[in-house]
Amino acid sequence: MDNQHFKSTNNYVATEELSMAVNAAITLERPLLIKGEPGTGKTQLALEVAKSLGAPLIEWHIKSTTKAHQGLYEYDAVSRLRDSQLGDDRVHDIANYIVKGKVWEAFAADNRAVLLIDEIDKADIEFPNDLLQELDRMEFFVYETKELVKAKNRPLVIITSNNEKELPDAFLRRCFFHYIRFPELETMQQIVNVHFPSLKQDLLSEALGIFFEVREISGLKKKPSTSELLDWIKLLLSEELDASTLREEDSNNILPKLHGALLKNEQDVHLFERLAFINRRKQGQ
Amino acid sequence: MFIAFFLDLRKAGLPVSITELLSLLRALEKRLSSFDIQAFYYLSRTALVKDERYYDRFDQVFSETFNGLESDHSLEEIFSQIPEEWLRKQAEKLLSEEEKQKIQSLGGWEKLMETLKKRLEEQKEEHHGGNKWIGTGGTSPFGAYGYNPEGVRIGQHESRHRRAIKVWDKREFRNLDDSVELNTRNIKVALRKLRKFARQGSEEELDLDDTIRSTASNAGYLDLKMVPERHNAIKVLLLLDIGGSMDDHIRICEELFSASKTEFKHLEHYYFHNFTYEYLWKDNKRRFDEATPTMEIINRYPSDYKIIFVGDASMSPYEITYPGGSVEHWNEETGAVWMTRLLTAFPSAVWLNPDPEHNWDRRPSNKITRELMGNRMYSLTLEGLESAIQSLLRKPVLVPQ
Repeated sequence: MDNQHFKSTNNYVATEELSMAVNAAITLERPLLIKGEPGTGKTQLALEVAKSLGAPLIEWHIKSTTKAHQGLYEYDAVSRLRDSQLGDDRVHDIANYIVKGKVWEAFAADNRAVLLIDEIDKADIEFPNDLLQELDRMEFFVYETKELVKAKNRPLVIITSNNEKELPDAFLRRCFFHYIRFPELETMQQIVNVHFPSLKQDLLSEALGIFFEVREISGLKKKPSTSELLDWIKLLLSEELDASTLREEDSNNILPKLHGALLKNEQDVHLFERLAFINRRKQGQ
Repeated sequence: MFIAFFLDLRKAGLPVSITELLSLLRALEKRLSSFDIQAFYYLSRTALVKDERYYDRFDQVFSETFNGLESDHSLEEIFSQIPEEWLRKQAEKLLSEEEKQKIQSLGGWEKLMETLKKRLEEQKEEHHGGNKWIGTGGTSPFGAYGYNPEGVRIGQHESRHRRAIKVWDKREFRNLDDSVELNTRNIKVALRKLRKFARQGSEEELDLDDTIRSTASNAGYLDLKMVPERHNAIKVLLLLDIGGSMDDHIRICEELFSASKTEFKHLEHYYFHNFTYEYLWKDNKRRFDEATPTMEIINRYPSDYKIIFVGDASMSPYEITYPGGSVEHWNEETGAVWMTRLLTAFPSAVWLNPDPEHNWDRRPSNKITRELMGNRMYSLTLEGLESAIQSLLRKPVLVPQ
């Protein structure tokens, strides 16, 4: 029973609400839809869930051109055509030209698998609708071979979305949903600790302070997210900066050290400089 | 109780369905959340709410339904939270020697606590949701011993329940609720709904299905079939009010503009000041030397262009209804006449207003504009934008002449 439940792991901090959503999806064998700001660990979640359940992870990354049936199977008509013109014997059995997709792979797995459908919103608007039945009943029909493919073990389906398109209601109704909120200072501290266990406490609090300050600025085009914070801390560590240097106010340079990891937009850098400058002047008065 | 909660959610406008309620009940049946209300909150949210925009509304309904009821939730827990010390002391203070004797005859303190517990459970069933678990009627031994739940303040400790309430009472998701906060990306996502795909132009994509079919019917000899690529066939004419009272809304208009520029292949934009008259212009800096006659615009673009007006429609009503009413120049014909001409030429049109909707009725010019538009005015928020787009995709209504 123990490995049926998902909790924070050694390298992933899951809030109570997130674990609840994952556990609900595991228990009721329903797909779990995960949304959240970019960089809050949506895709990472699937990896961690798979690891903690000891289940194989099957990843299906969606692109704008991905069609639903590609996840089930594809009929490779072109090879068959070529084989027929070359007089290959394989051509008589159509099953030779059925290429399994990711969903089929997950259905066919001997143990329960974790199927990650990553960034479902990238695909065409109709995409989720085309997968309704397959995800609900966990079976589909291969017309070419007249074969019904049924999941041996219902896989745990984790779907991530960046909100680029709205998903159809019928689809949503069949899923559990969780929105990963941007972590609070406390959770953030745990996350950083998990990734950099040997990080000095003062450097961490200084860095987090700066990070949340930057996020507070209204009008930023792209707020830095968790993954950017982690990158930034990695940089700080590799440059061997310590808390005092980070705190040091340099009159020539008001931007935080190595800001490139946090602010990824020229306008944002300018905005930050301007605000910091105004701030400085106020303090000077 | 769950059904009432469910109905309240629907009343609050959350799109919850019976399927979702059933899956929540199933999850409860499987003991996913035991008696912990916080866990129940997370579970019901993950099962019932499928869009973070509704989190805030969900929190509100949840708080309305379950605050106050929460003390009912796990009697076991609350009971264990009554400090025994306190009860004992309270009892000793209040009990006369005679009554203490009676306790002894009942089987001592332990026994008393047990009976009390049992009684509490019985009463819970009877009252179901009430707060007065223990009556003051003289027959109950507990009443006689002066046990006062008010004094114990059951369920009102700084307990973990207290903390739990805060999760939904904090209403942290307020900003996500169809947020007024629009940014380029939001707008782009909304505008994406304004799509009508059509295959037009040169044939440059291989139509695999058709190729296979015709190759098969061609006895296996390859017969390639091509189709044109799909394009968004929607054409948009964006008319933006600029200057004056619109200065407050520049940023949001900029964002709408930049989002639409990348989203539509056929997008034309023109500016106007306060209302449409005989001239519109493309470049606001050179508005006086490079204006385009409105008549020319009407003639230049085919009528399947959809017009999106963006403006706050707040001005003096004369600017719409009187010749010469314009603040900038002498107009021979009224703004309303020009507006009607535009709407007749391009029947599919909406007006997006960055001014908050509750201000609209206060401005007579807004009312006139709405009448001219056949009520197709929407606020420039995500929600408004979505309704506007839906209205653009419907068959256009004819404007009263």
